[in-house]
Amino acid sequence: MTSTRTTDVEFDSVAHSAALETVPAGRLEAVDVSAWFGSHLVLKNVSLSMPAAEVTALIGPSGCGKSTFLRILNRMHETIPGAQLAGEVFLDDQEIYDPTQRVTSIRKRIGMVFQKPNPFPAMSIAENVTAGLTLSNTKVNKAEREEIIETCLQRAGLWNEVKDRLGKAGSALSGGQQQRLCIARALAIQPEILLMDEPCSALDPASTNKVEETIAELAGEVTIVIVTHNMQQARRVSERTAFFLSEQGGPGEIVESGLTVDVFGSPSDPRTEDYVEGRFG
Amino acid sequence: MTTVSVAPSDEDLAPRLLSPGLERSDRIYHGVALGVGLGVLVLMGAIGVFLGIQSIPTLKHYGFGFFTTAQWQPELDHIGIASVLIGTIEVATVAIVVAFPLALLFALFITEVAPRRVKSWLVSSVDLMAAVPSIIYGLWGFFFMMPHAILLSRWLSQYMGWFPLFKVNTDPNAATWQQSSYTSSAFIAGLAVAMMAIPLACAVMRGVFDQAPIAEREAALALSGTRFGVIRTVVLPFGRGGIVGGTMLALGRALGETAAVLIIISPAYGIKFRILEAGQQTISALIAGNFGNATSSQLSALLTAGFVLFLITLGVNTAAAVVIRRSRSGAGTEL
Repeated sequence: MTSTRTTDVEFDSVAHSAALETVPAGRLEAVDVSAWFGSHLVLKNVSLSMPAAEVTALIGPSGCGKSTFLRILNRMHETIPGAQLAGEVFLDDQEIYDPTQRVTSIRKRIGMVFQKPNPFPAMSIAENVTAGLTLSNTKVNKAEREEIIETCLQRAGLWNEVKDRLGKAGSALSGGQQQRLCIARALAIQPEILLMDEPCSALDPASTNKVEETIAELAGEVTIVIVTHNMQQARRVSERTAFFLSEQGGPGEIVESGLTVDVFGSPSDPRTEDYVEGRFG
Repeated sequence: MTTVSVAPSDEDLAPRLLSPGLERSDRIYHGVALGVGLGVLVLMGAIGVFLGIQSIPTLKHYGFGFFTTAQWQPELDHIGIASVLIGTIEVATVAIVVAFPLALLFALFITEVAPRRVKSWLVSSVDLMAAVPSIIYGLWGFFFMMPHAILLSRWLSQYMGWFPLFKVNTDPNAATWQQSSYTSSAFIAGLAVAMMAIPLACAVMRGVFDQAPIAEREAALALSGTRFGVIRTVVLPFGRGGIVGGTMLALGRALGETAAVLIIISPAYGIKFRILEAGQQTISALIAGNFGNATSSQLSALLTAGFVLFLITLGVNTAAAVVIRRSRSGAGTEL
C-alpha cells in the first residue's frame, strides 16, 4: 500500500510541474442532450459543438435551460436531487457520462465559475487559489505552489491588485475581485475547459469589463463556454453563439447556433432576430 | 426655476423626529413577548438567588474547607465537595469524549451522506434518543450495558493501565478477574450519560451543517472535490461554531445528569482519578441520594453543592450560546 501511495505522489508532482506550462484546450460536443428535474422536462434534444480554444456563448431568456445545459457539461447537474438526463457529452473523444469515467477527474478537466462569486470565506486569497489542488489531491511542493498562485492570479488579471495581501481573507475583496479570484481558483487545477455561468451578472460595469478582459486573454489557451444574459457581452467575447429558447413553459431547445457574427448579423430564424434585436426577453 | 442654496447654520441643523408608532397588534405582541422573556430571566435569577441564600449557612460554617474536603460525612460534621466535583467532571468528560465523535460523525452522515429518503428517519431516531427518560438509560446501563462495558474497562486498564486515569487497583491479568473492581465506575456512568448527550450535540451540529452554503459546496465539487473534500473545505469550517456550541450544550447536560448516574454509580468519596475503578460520586447523584433523610443543615450543604453545579452549568451553557452566536453559520456568506 505505502509504496503505491508514494508512486502516486511522485507521479502527480512530476505531472504537475510539467503541466505548469499549459494543458492543451479540449473540445466539447453535446449530442441529443435532454434533461429533467423530477418528471419536468427542461431541456430537449440539444446538440452543440464547442470547438477547442474558442469562446462559445449561450444566450436566451431566463428559464430556457442555458444554465442547466452548462451544468450538464461538467456533471454538476447530477448534484441536484431528482435531476436526470439523456444524451451524450464528449470531451475530446471521451464520453463524460460513461460509467467508467470518474466524476472527479471529469470536473478536474472541466472547471466552472459560478454566477455569484463563491470564494471559501475561511481561506486566504492564496489558499483559495490552491484549494482545488488540495481538493483534487494534487501534490505540489512549496515553490510550485507559489508559482501556481502567481501564474493563476495573473491569468485571472488579479495579481497586481492582491500581490501584497495574499494572506488576507478572500471574502474581504470586492465582488469583481472575488469573481476573478474564483477564475484563478478554477485555473489552478489546469482545466482544459472553463464553464462560466453568467459570471458578470452580480458585478458592476467596471468589474464586468475586467472579467471580459480576462476571458479575452484566456481564449486561445482554454476552451470557454459562457452563459450570459447580456447580448452585447456575447457579441464582445465569443466566437460562437447558441441561442436557447423555450416555448410557453416547455423544454428549452437550441433555436440557432453558429458563428457569433452570423447569429447576431444575419440570423436565419425570426425568433433569433427578435431576441438579438431586443424585441423580447 | 431657480434654486438658491443657502448654507444652513449649525443651530438650524437638527434631526427631525422620527416616531415609528407601532400598530396596536404589534404593541400587544411586543408586550407579551417582552413579558415572557423577562419572566424566564426572573425565574432563572430567582433559582440562583434561592440557592445562593440557602448556601450562606453552609459556607459560613465550613468556609473554604467546603471546597477542599473530600469526605461527605454529615454525622461527623465533615463535609466538602472536592471529591464529588471531581467525580462530576470525570463522568461528564467521559460522556463528552464518547459522545463528541459519535455525534459529529452521525451529524455528518445525516447531512452529507445519507440518501434523502433515509435522512428524515435518521433525524427522528436521533431525536427519539433524546426523548428516552434518563432513568431508562440508567436501567439499561446498569443491567444491560455494564456487564459488557466492564470488558472494555478491563481491556483499557490492561493495556493502558500505565496511565494513571486507567489504572485499576487489581491484577488485570489474573486468571479469574475481579469483575466487581470494574463495575459502577465513573466510566460506566459516563457511557450511559453519553447516550443522552449524543442527540443534543448531534441536533445542533446537524442544524449548522445543513446551513453550509450551497454555493460553497458547489465550488468545492466543481474543483473536483469528493464528498469528503466538501466536508473538509466547506462544511467543517462553516460548522465550527455549531460543533463547539453543540458539544458544550451536551457538556452542560452531562454535568447535571442525575437519574442514570444515581443508578449506575456506587457512591464513594475521596479524591480519585481512576475512572475505570468501581465507586465515584457526582454532585447531582449526591443530592438525589441524600436529600430525603437530610437534616436542615445537611440540606443546606446539599443545596450549596447544587449551587456550585448550577454556576458551572450556567457558565458552560452561556459559553456555548456565545460560541454559537459568534459563529459564521447563516451570516456573512451573502454578498
